[in-house]
Amino acid sequence: MKKKLTTVEFRGTPEQEAKLLAVIAKYEGVDGKMMPVLQEAQDIYGYLPIEVQKIIAEKTGTPLEEIYGIATFYSQFKLNPNGVYSIAVCLGTACYVKGSQAIIEEISRQLGVEVGSTSPDGKYSLEATRCIGACGLAPVMTINGDVYGRMTKDQVAGILAKYR
Amino acid sequence: MKTISELYAAKEVENSKTYPVLVTVGIATCGLAAGAGPVIDKLKELASGNADVCVKQVGCIGICQHEPICEVYVNGERFTYVKMNAEKAARVYEQHILGGRPVEEFMLTEKGEPVQNLMGTTFMKLQKRVAMRNCGIIDPESIDEYIGRDGYRALAKVLTEMTPDGVIQQVLDSGLRGRGGGGFPTGLKWRFACSNRGQVKKYVCCNADEGDPGAFMDRSVLEGDPHSVIEAMAIAAYAIGSDEGYIYVRAEYPTAIKRLTIAIEQAHRYGLLGENIFGTGFNFDVKLRFGAGAFVCGEETALMTSIEGNRGEPRPRPPFPAVKGLFARPTILNNVETYANIAQIILQGADWYQSLQCPGCAAGTKVFALTGKITNTGLVEIPMGTTLRTIIEDIGGGVPNGKKFKAAQTGGPSGGCIPASLIDTPIDYDNLAKIGSIIGSGGLIVMDEDTCMVDMARFFLDFTVDESCGKCAPCRIGTHRLLEILDRIIAGNGTLEDLDKLEELATYVKSASLCGLGQTAPNPVISTLVRFRDEYVAHVVDKKCPAGVCKNLLRYRILEDKCKGCTACARKCPVGAISGTVKNPHKIDTSKCIKCGVCMATCKFGAIVKE
Amino acid sequence: MDVNVKINGKDYAVKQGMTVLEAARVANIDIPTLCYLKDINEIGACRLCLVEVSEGGKPFKMVTACVYPVSEGMQILTNTPKINAARKTNLQLVLSNHEKKCLTCVRSTTCELQRLCNEYKVDEDYFKGDQPKFAIDASSPAIIRDNNKCILCRRCVAACKTMQGIGVIGANDRGFDTHIGCQFEKDLGDVACVNCGQCIVACPVGALYERDDTDKVRAAITDPTKKVYICTAPSVRAQIGECFGYAPGTDCEPQMVEALKMLGFDGVFDMNLTADLTIIEEANELISRIQNGGTLPMMTSCSPGWIKYCEHYFPEFTENLSTCKSPQQMFGALMKTYFAQKEGIDPKDIFFVSAIPCTAKKFEVGRPDQSASGYPDVDVAVTTREVGRMIQQAGIDFRALKGTEFDKPFDFGSGAGAIFGATGGVMEAALRYAAEIILGKPLEKPLETPEIRRQNGSDDGYRTATYKVGDLDVKVAVASGTKNAKQLLEDVKSGKLDVQFIEIMCCPGGCVNGGGQPYQPASVRNTVDLRALRASVLYNDDINCDIRESQKNAAVWKLYEEFFGTPNSHKAHEVLHTSYIKRGL
Repeated sequence: MKKKLTTVEFRGTPEQEAKLLAVIAKYEGVDGKMMPVLQEAQDIYGYLPIEVQKIIAEKTGTPLEEIYGIATFYSQFKLNPNGVYSIAVCLGTACYVKGSQAIIEEISRQLGVEVGSTSPDGKYSLEATRCIGACGLAPVMTINGDVYGRMTKDQVAGILAKYR
Repeated sequence: MKTISELYAAKEVENSKTYPVLVTVGIATCGLAAGAGPVIDKLKELASGNADVCVKQVGCIGICQHEPICEVYVNGERFTYVKMNAEKAARVYEQHILGGRPVEEFMLTEKGEPVQNLMGTTFMKLQKRVAMRNCGIIDPESIDEYIGRDGYRALAKVLTEMTPDGVIQQVLDSGLRGRGGGGFPTGLKWRFACSNRGQVKKYVCCNADEGDPGAFMDRSVLEGDPHSVIEAMAIAAYAIGSDEGYIYVRAEYPTAIKRLTIAIEQAHRYGLLGENIFGTGFNFDVKLRFGAGAFVCGEETALMTSIEGNRGEPRPRPPFPAVKGLFARPTILNNVETYANIAQIILQGADWYQSLQCPGCAAGTKVFALTGKITNTGLVEIPMGTTLRTIIEDIGGGVPNGKKFKAAQTGGPSGGCIPASLIDTPIDYDNLAKIGSIIGSGGLIVMDEDTCMVDMARFFLDFTVDESCGKCAPCRIGTHRLLEILDRIIAGNGTLEDLDKLEELATYVKSASLCGLGQTAPNPVISTLVRFRDEYVAHVVDKKCPAGVCKNLLRYRILEDKCKGCTACARKCPVGAISGTVKNPHKIDTSKCIKCGVCMATCKFGAIVKE
Repeated sequence: MDVNVKINGKDYAVKQGMTVLEAARVANIDIPTLCYLKDINEIGACRLCLVEVSEGGKPFKMVTACVYPVSEGMQILTNTPKINAARKTNLQLVLSNHEKKCLTCVRSTTCELQRLCNEYKVDEDYFKGDQPKFAIDASSPAIIRDNNKCILCRRCVAACKTMQGIGVIGANDRGFDTHIGCQFEKDLGDVACVNCGQCIVACPVGALYERDDTDKVRAAITDPTKKVYICTAPSVRAQIGECFGYAPGTDCEPQMVEALKMLGFDGVFDMNLTADLTIIEEANELISRIQNGGTLPMMTSCSPGWIKYCEHYFPEFTENLSTCKSPQQMFGALMKTYFAQKEGIDPKDIFFVSAIPCTAKKFEVGRPDQSASGYPDVDVAVTTREVGRMIQQAGIDFRALKGTEFDKPFDFGSGAGAIFGATGGVMEAALRYAAEIILGKPLEKPLETPEIRRQNGSDDGYRTATYKVGDLDVKVAVASGTKNAKQLLEDVKSGKLDVQFIEIMCCPGGCVNGGGQPYQPASVRNTVDLRALRASVLYNDDINCDIRESQKNAAVWKLYEEFFGTPNSHKAHEVLHTSYIKRGL
């Protein structure tokens, strides 16, 4: 799956940056440091935005593209932070046939967030999932674990209003 | 710990610790997921202040569907309680531990009778545990308990009594072959890397990036007996002349990571890792590196490029890792289960190891992860050469729900299927290769008559397409095109020409790909095409899925004579495809039906059929 | 030591350590490759070079010839039905994910994939399926990337990262989604790419190509209000023949000049002249820096790829760069000031084209502080490939031309100017002049500095030399290729290297190996030392030239006499010098 770039504004703190610099310093001179550095950087920030990768590139003398290539190779590295509200729309067969594609597009439109990424304000992340096994309720979506079934496009606005 | 006598003394101390009552709770990932946390908490709470009762955590014993599992050892007797929770634990404590009356209703049953402990079950009786000998027995976070079970004695033995070449010879003689997939003789791998000891930097690596869907024996060993891996790596390092090791473990295994971290720290504290081990001048240290979600990193060269801090893309071989591996140095790489056998081979000898398997088969034992349509799911360690029939019918307890056994998939996405007609095949490397499959890492998925083999092949291929690294053209493009062809067939749009193309392309991808992932990715397709070609033909010619799995080829139909007109199905149908009036037979509009099966599950009269 | 192998049944003794691919070349067999580039891209990824080998009497197996080493007694089969079928399937797979706009593709007829598809008679629609769609990246003034045609051989990545040590492009995402791109999917024009174009010459297909500016040139030629002039860089004459089937290393200067005149240019000039002018300005700048305590070591500024590299990756050294414009820009400036004035033409009516072996020059023409007349010094820079294309499209039978001479007044450059195109050449030319200034008298014969020329057919590392001129030790260093430049600059930074004058060329081997050179397939690039062959044209020019020192080129002094006054004069600074930007990353 192609990784989506984030549009969320970077909100890194000086404390986080100090931690990151400490991590980079800890691995100074260590062979093959890039994986642990990226993993620990993601532990600090929750994801690996360009601002973080730039710091790593500069401090380790590694081309930024090389780091980005690594970050997009491994599925555990995230380019988008989790939203405050994490929305998942089921695109399993049953839901798809019942129009979940239109639902996810509607959500994407209303929130201005691309599928597979997080809204610029960091509030919403939107993803398409495989079948979640609630075909009888199709189409289904979940927001932070709350399940909404038999969705129609018209209901999207009302439901999202609860999570503003 | 500077001398071997200190190690022996530590063993004595450990083994002199006895408790009137010992209670163990399996705290591995599977146990934790099933709710073992509250069980051990409850038992510890109840036993606090009771000096006679020791409650401790252990690793996974292997019988997954019965987790959480708690065992009580009292007066030399062992009792196994399964599917525990906090309340049940309280009752075991009151009635059994304090009251002396075992709680039969929490025990396993076989043929309707309660079985006092796991060892009395057919599931365990047919197993021989070498790699998993300590799993479920010792506290994996206690180096003392490992030492109490002869831990680090093998390392002491090689460092003081054996030459490096002698170690390699013993491993060679044992006949041990790689347990991770390739099945390459372990001793030979070590021998290839043994030249110029002490003159060049070398690495000893452990592949703990277990990624096959359905295989989890390595996780179980790491969570249940981490020191066995560390000790074996030190032995390997001595054998080839290395002083540094890496364990590459999947990040998805947090419990294993935690226990490895503890184990490495303890081994350091005891002087069993570090400099001048046992005063012999031998130095060895182990570092942990974590995967980040890339199945291909289980391939040896990809694993090394990943440790080096790159995209985990495989490199062409030669040069082989024994010549030019990690950081361009001679390197050996074995997987967790392989290492878990080493200490026992050193202590008990090559002949002992060669006596474990069934006659005429590859040496030793192999752990299989038994899953799918089988009564007993879990990890089973069995002598090489045990027949598939024994595994499925005896150890596995057979296919449930009276269904017929159809085939077993071994080796996960790299393997093939073994049809029911070959159920008496003794399972070892060569026998499986002969019938077009592999042992692989030991996943064994049992399939019954309700499994569609085309769908199964698609499932595995979908996985490898997702996990292809994208470096070489045959795998990057070829597996994707294979998947597209399978999708066409499953959707009912396939042609006979597609079958030929499928076969041609699968054979090509297998022969031309850069690494093991691509070279084995087509196996599930090839083996199902060979064994179950009729199912493929049914999909493309008759546009039917014989197992009734492929939705596009299914029709749900209401049998008029059985339908009572209760309307239940019509109400449940998510797409409103069922129409009819009360007390009159209903009808399904197949153009609207999405084949979700809700109607069939709802009907109380068996009036809905899938065809 | 030799090992004995059998290739397709015949015995050969080949060098130990050779790959099967190299051994096959000994037997005059070319095994097809798409990803392999000697020394920089030995990754075994395209799987096209599969051959069957048998070792130690074991059964034949398929291996990739590009990385598989030969062994004693090895049997190699390069042309079996099994192999041919595998290669055909491979090509069909690659084609299934390749945009097949071959008729209009810039690489049609030079495309390595196209040639193989013809040879193996592939069915281009055999495997139909998903094909990801990419937007064409035309953000850079020099390099255009069309990922729809990319076959992921990664030669471009190797050229950028392994060869040049830059790494602004690489593989992103994985599996079927893998694609070559920049960090965070930025466009080439928005990252620290130096426009060297080595990726283009490495690309086997049409996924990377220069921005084609030939239409602008043709439009200007047909515009009656414009006077259109072109000047050609030293290396173009050494490369252009390759576009017309001449062997690499054929000097085609007269035909080139005639062809350009036939295209309708109002004047065809020789950039060797401004190479000489550059030497006069630069050597005087160096001496002035030494005498007046200016920033040292001074670094040459002829190579726009190197300039941009310095600005991005070593901004702390921009003061060290000579402020002299490159010969191309000096020529343009001269055309629109001196020449315009002399000929009485309004500089706005002059359309000046430079023909160069370089893609970075396309970026250079748009740099700030490169408009001495108020109009851009150079309007369009076209690569050797584009020049070849224009000649071809005009239907000119290049090989039949007798040839002619450059136009006056800019028809002559010294031998020193000619060698600008090879690494070490600028330094050698400058030293020939500097020695004379320092000694205060002409040398008996022109100085030659073999120490700083390319050594042993290699561009690895950098070269240093000290020349005793009178009482003065002139310490110099030369590097080509940004990877080597990086090493050199790191050593200057750390104090390990103490020199006064440094020549750096962006491309390994210098301009003769520029990113605008004619395409040569990997089979040639891997076996022929193109750089040496092309450079030999320039060194022959030098040897055979009556005047081998820039200071002896009377045309140059005439410029000072009539226009600039003295070297490094105020006027010279206004017209011939420029400034730099600290870009950073």
